[in-house]
This record gives sequence, C-alpha cells and structure tokens, in this order.
Amino acid sequence: MQNENTILQVKNLTRTFSEQIALDNVSMEVKKGQVFGIVGENGAGKTTLIKHLLGQYIAQQGSVRLFGLDPVEAPEKVLAKIGYLSEEPELPAWMTVKELINYTSAFYPNWDHQYASELTDVFSLQLNKRVSELSKGQKARAGLVLAQAHRPELLLLDEPSSGLDPNVRRDILSAIIKTVADEGKTVIFSSHLLEEVERVSDHLMMLDSGKTILLDSMENVLSSHHRFVIKSKDGLNLDDLKKQFNPSGLFNSSQNGYEITLDFDGKQSEIEKSLLDFPYKILSHRSMSLNDIFVSRSDANKGV
Amino acid sequence: MDIHLNQNDGVPVYLQIINQVKHLISSSRLVIDQELPAIRVLAEQILVNPNTVARAYRELEISGWLYKKRGAGTFVSGNASPLSEFEKSRIIDEKITGLLTEARQMDISVTKLIKRLQKLSGKN
Repeated sequence: MQNENTILQVKNLTRTFSEQIALDNVSMEVKKGQVFGIVGENGAGKTTLIKHLLGQYIAQQGSVRLFGLDPVEAPEKVLAKIGYLSEEPELPAWMTVKELINYTSAFYPNWDHQYASELTDVFSLQLNKRVSELSKGQKARAGLVLAQAHRPELLLLDEPSSGLDPNVRRDILSAIIKTVADEGKTVIFSSHLLEEVERVSDHLMMLDSGKTILLDSMENVLSSHHRFVIKSKDGLNLDDLKKQFNPSGLFNSSQNGYEITLDFDGKQSEIEKSLLDFPYKILSHRSMSLNDIFVSRSDANKGV
Repeated sequence: MDIHLNQNDGVPVYLQIINQVKHLISSSRLVIDQELPAIRVLAEQILVNPNTVARAYRELEISGWLYKKRGAGTFVSGNASPLSEFEKSRIIDEKITGLLTEARQMDISVTKLIKRLQKLSGKN
C-alpha cells in the first residue's frame, strides 16, 4: 500500500520498442530519504525506466506513480518536485550561464536564487560564459545547479558521472549526500561506476536486458554474496562438480586451471554447511564487492 | 579525521570506517574525549551515505570505543584502552600474515625476514 513516505511506486512495468523488450515486468518502490541506485549494462533498461518516471514514456503495461501521481497525466505537478540531470544535459548552447539560470528559474515557483548563486560560486561557473563554451565538466556542473536550485523533493540522475573527471564526479556525489543528509530528501540515480553506487546508495536495483535481477537494500545485497575458491583434484571439472553437488545458492562459477571459483547468494553459514560435503579444499572465501557482484551476475545471465 | 576507503577487497564500507577509527584510536591519533566529525560532515568528506557513517558510529558506541553526548556530538571513549592492545595485535597480525605469505612465495625464510626487519628498523 502506498503511504506518505512512498516517493515512487512502479508496478509491473513492461515496455517494448518494435518487438524488442526494454523493460520486462519491473516493479520497485522508493521511500523518502533513500538513495536508490540503478545499475546495469548499456541497454539494460535504466534510461527507459527513468524516462517513464519523467513522464516522457507512457506505460504500455503496468503503472508508474511519483508522489502518488501519474507523471504522464500530471507532469507539471510531478516535474516541479524533481531535479533531473542526465549524462549529456541538453542545455541551449547560445545562452549564457546567467541567462540559463534565469530562464530555468521561471519554471519553478520554489526557485532559491541565493542557493543557485552559492552553487555557481562553489562550482566556479562563470555567469557570462555561453553554454557552448563550457567544458563537459562545467556543463555537468551547470546542470547540477539547475537540478538543485528549486530544492526538489527528488533528485533524479541518469548516468550523471559518465565520462567526467574525478573533481566533477566528487561534486555530483557530494550533491547526492547533501540532498539526503541536510534535507532528508530522496535520490534515484543510475550509474556505471559501481564503486560510487556502493558508497552512496542504500538501496539497489540491478537490471539486465530489461529484467530485475537484484532489488534489495545495499546491505542485504553485499552481505549475501560470497565467493569461494576451491582446489580441484583428479582432473575434476566444473560440470562434474555441479552435477555431483549442485549446492544451493550457487549462481555463477568458473574454472581456471586447478582453481574453481564459486559465487553464492545466501547466508554464509548455510553456504559453508553445504560446502562441508565437498571433498575439495577451500582455498579462500571472501565477501564480494558490488563490482564483483555485477560482473558475476551479468556473466551468469549470459549463460557463460 | 583521515579515513581512506578501499573498495577492491569486498570489506563493507561501514566496517572499513570502524576498523580505521579503531586504528586511529589505538595509535593515539584520536585521543580520549576528542570529538569526532559529525555524521554528515564525515559522509560528505569521504563521500559515503550518511547512514553508513551513522551505523559505524553506532557500532563503535555499542562496543565502547565512542560515546555520545546529548546535543553535543560523538567522542572518543576512555575505556577503549583495555581493548586497544587486543586491537593493536589484530592489526599487526593481519599485516604480518600478508608479509609471511609474500615471503613464502618468494622463497624468503623467516630467519631472513627477521634479519631484514631488524636491519630496516635500525636495531641491527
């Protein structure tokens, strides 16, 4: 049930583009104050999902509700509460930064002029420069000012860090943290930079070919993924091993010479219990980083 | 407060913060009754979710390393010292284990290793 703390609710959203499935029965809920990270390979459906949130796509099947409203039916009410930044913000090239800020401020009754000028100061944006003269990083910073200056309830970022230098990425991460820390507001963002997602998100969705393959709190995702490396002997190969044992929770495995790597999703104690039957030596066990999890999950989904 | 995160070894971020705060206290870089940065200040400095910092502080408080003063902040606790000997051993043992593994791979004996250690520390 939707309550006042629910910012976003997506139910069974499916989208196809000429036979090609872009989103396959996706459901998600984001609550106030969360930092919700969306990860997936190129073409996984991240941008398609975000465009549905912005009301740029009509749901073919299923529903999207932001602040309890359908963003296609009530775009002005929904968009007024969102600060949006995409990988390549489409800013009018001929405007100066000052004109751009004035122009954008007219759309938002809540525009905070003082905050906007604080941000331009922090980012060392030159007000009299034209957008066409800005570097990629300064363009992203200008986009960040426009996304934040109306103090939105929800900051929605689509691949904001792609192709940017570490200083600009730092500004973007810091904007995300300030948004939740200072004002208890909500952030949804998609990214390829898994270290960044791991650091700042408290909830995670992983998409692969339009399907949800992980949807949980970051803590649960990280604490439930384990990598065991075992030493094979007597020419044992992976297929034999899986035929003989098929331990529960195993979602990906690979063999490299005498070493077999097994990736599990489950409780560590239960995995260790199931490995007790193994007549093979466990060489190492460790928790997986989000990067490890992403690579292994994508690999498993391709059936490699 | 100097916290450095390493995300390649699969150690959760909150645990890295906990270990490093313990390390800073054990090595007296943080002293008794010293105030720690506010949760959101540290979160912005090291660029992690504020909840992660809050969790690390909370667990350090439960285990007696830190204490909270109402309306003031979070401080280094005085009763952390009996534990810190144990913690010092834990940290140093971890490093020695790594060193021993590498030495073994390079066929350097423990005796030779001890000699190197003494030489490098200037006590030979």
